[in-house]
Amino acid sequence: MGVQIVLGRLLPVLTILLAIVALWYAAVAPMNIRQSLDMAERAGAAVTPPDARERSNTSRWVLMANNPGEIARGYSLDRPRLPTPVQVGGELWKTTGEMALKGRAFSKRSLIYHGWITLQSTLMGFALGTLVGILGAVGIVYSRTMEMSVMPWAIISQTVPIVALAPMIIILSSQLGVEGRGLPKAIISAYLCFFPVLVGMVKGLRSPGREQLDLLQTYNASGYDTFLKLRLPASVPYLFTSLKIGIAAALVGTIVGELPTGAISGLGARILIGDQFGTPLAIWAALFAAAILAGILVTLIGWLQRKAMRRMGAGT
Amino acid sequence: MSMTAAIVFWLIAWGINMQLARSGWRDHRLVRIFVPVLFGVTILVLWQAAVAAFDVSPVILPAPSDIAARFVAETATLREDFVQTVLKGALSGYVIGALAAFLTAIAIDRSRFLTAGLLPIGNFVAALPIVGIAPILVSWFGFDWQSKAAVVVVMVFFPILVNTVQGLAEASAMQKDLMRTYAAGYFQTLLKLRLPAAMPFIFNGLKIATTLALIGAIVAEYFGSPTRGMGFRISTGVGSLSIDLVWAEIAVAALTGSAVYGLVALIEKRVTFWHPSQRTK
Repeated sequence: MGVQIVLGRLLPVLTILLAIVALWYAAVAPMNIRQSLDMAERAGAAVTPPDARERSNTSRWVLMANNPGEIARGYSLDRPRLPTPVQVGGELWKTTGEMALKGRAFSKRSLIYHGWITLQSTLMGFALGTLVGILGAVGIVYSRTMEMSVMPWAIISQTVPIVALAPMIIILSSQLGVEGRGLPKAIISAYLCFFPVLVGMVKGLRSPGREQLDLLQTYNASGYDTFLKLRLPASVPYLFTSLKIGIAAALVGTIVGELPTGAISGLGARILIGDQFGTPLAIWAALFAAAILAGILVTLIGWLQRKAMRRMGAGT
Repeated sequence: MSMTAAIVFWLIAWGINMQLARSGWRDHRLVRIFVPVLFGVTILVLWQAAVAAFDVSPVILPAPSDIAARFVAETATLREDFVQTVLKGALSGYVIGALAAFLTAIAIDRSRFLTAGLLPIGNFVAALPIVGIAPILVSWFGFDWQSKAAVVVVMVFFPILVNTVQGLAEASAMQKDLMRTYAAGYFQTLLKLRLPAAMPFIFNGLKIATTLALIGAIVAEYFGSPTRGMGFRISTGVGSLSIDLVWAEIAVAALTGSAVYGLVALIEKRVTFWHPSQRTK
């Protein structure tokens, strides 16, 4: 029975993942063919067409058909346009596991160190954003004035490109005497995180239907009881769905906060530095590290959701 | 002095809003617009007063009046940036991404195996800081708007995909059984039951995607763009300390984003009028 469930769940995911990896490997050859031919030419091999300018006007597929011997070179370039999964995995291992084994897990070159910096700001921003989101939703559901005046602005706040505000938040907070980059980054991530929580909670708190609210009225339930015993429990599925989006948004916020501000530590800073120094492998490794971090965080909240829903009697 | 006046203004405005929200006209269209506008005006008044009262340097935080003056003076530049970033980058990416996600969701929904395989992966990818691929896509597709559209496509695809697939699973077994007793075929069930039932979810995805699209298009410009575009203007504006121009760009982005969001919300209201969250009382 257990084996069947594992197979039923894992087999489709693994199949799709395998298909993605296969596609990725297939894409490496055409993506890297021009670079491979440039390298081959520099190494003294005969390339058709031999002129670099003519090559840049020839389609990738024609180049591959004319130089079948050089395709393999695209899978082991130092600075590829598209690295192979193995290259990315190798870079990731070199900057995490290998350094941890050498006892330098928190060295400045290790992605564990940069991930930790990013995680701190993310969790701080997530806590702040969730609090603001839930309080805002309760206010909006219960106060017409709040709903009418704040809700449109909450929506508008999300359309302000946070990238533009990021340097300003850092300038402003340093003017106000806040030390370090942790708090400004957390504010940026709270800014992205509060909105999904707010929208989800408003929807959740309003999800009880007319008849359920009427039933509580026939029980002579107070507004406080209606909130605690009907609206709040009814909003829990919506809340967890929003929290999953929220924590991911908080991580996006932290990374966006690290991108344009000249930060030197954090996963976003690794992406920026990788772009500036032309080392695509570093960008890909930092991206995958961010993906792994996001995966851990979202899985954690999904696990909490299953626990909570089971205690509330779902799925029995 | 001006600060005190601003705070008094704020208290009066909040009082007016409370009266309006309680009054019989609260569902009138004009009141629904007037209340948030008054709230926004209050914040602008507080901002203006605070900048004047504390003598804030315009390099740190310009007053709203300075930003407005700059907005009027630079309309031509702002329009050029709007066309480059919003119409070319964000909008084309949004439309392509949303259509692709919707069609993919309907296609994989027919196969239980594909749904079981793609949904966890889609959920995972939707949660990733995809905006980090911006430098990679800029180096692949060049500096012009195509690379921005590509970033937007990738950013909006997964939230809409996941929401649509979840929404398509929303119709209950009893409702589907009813459709079967009517001898409804696959497409009839899809069009008349499952897509309408999925609409609240789809619109949730579409609304999240509107803001993602703008953020994606602007962030991507930070990694390279022709000498126009909102992201380009913002990053060079911060560098050259013309912060009022940056705020003018932010105002354009905010106006655009809310207009698009409002449009999507308006369509949602028309389409999902039956959902409890849309009831007025």
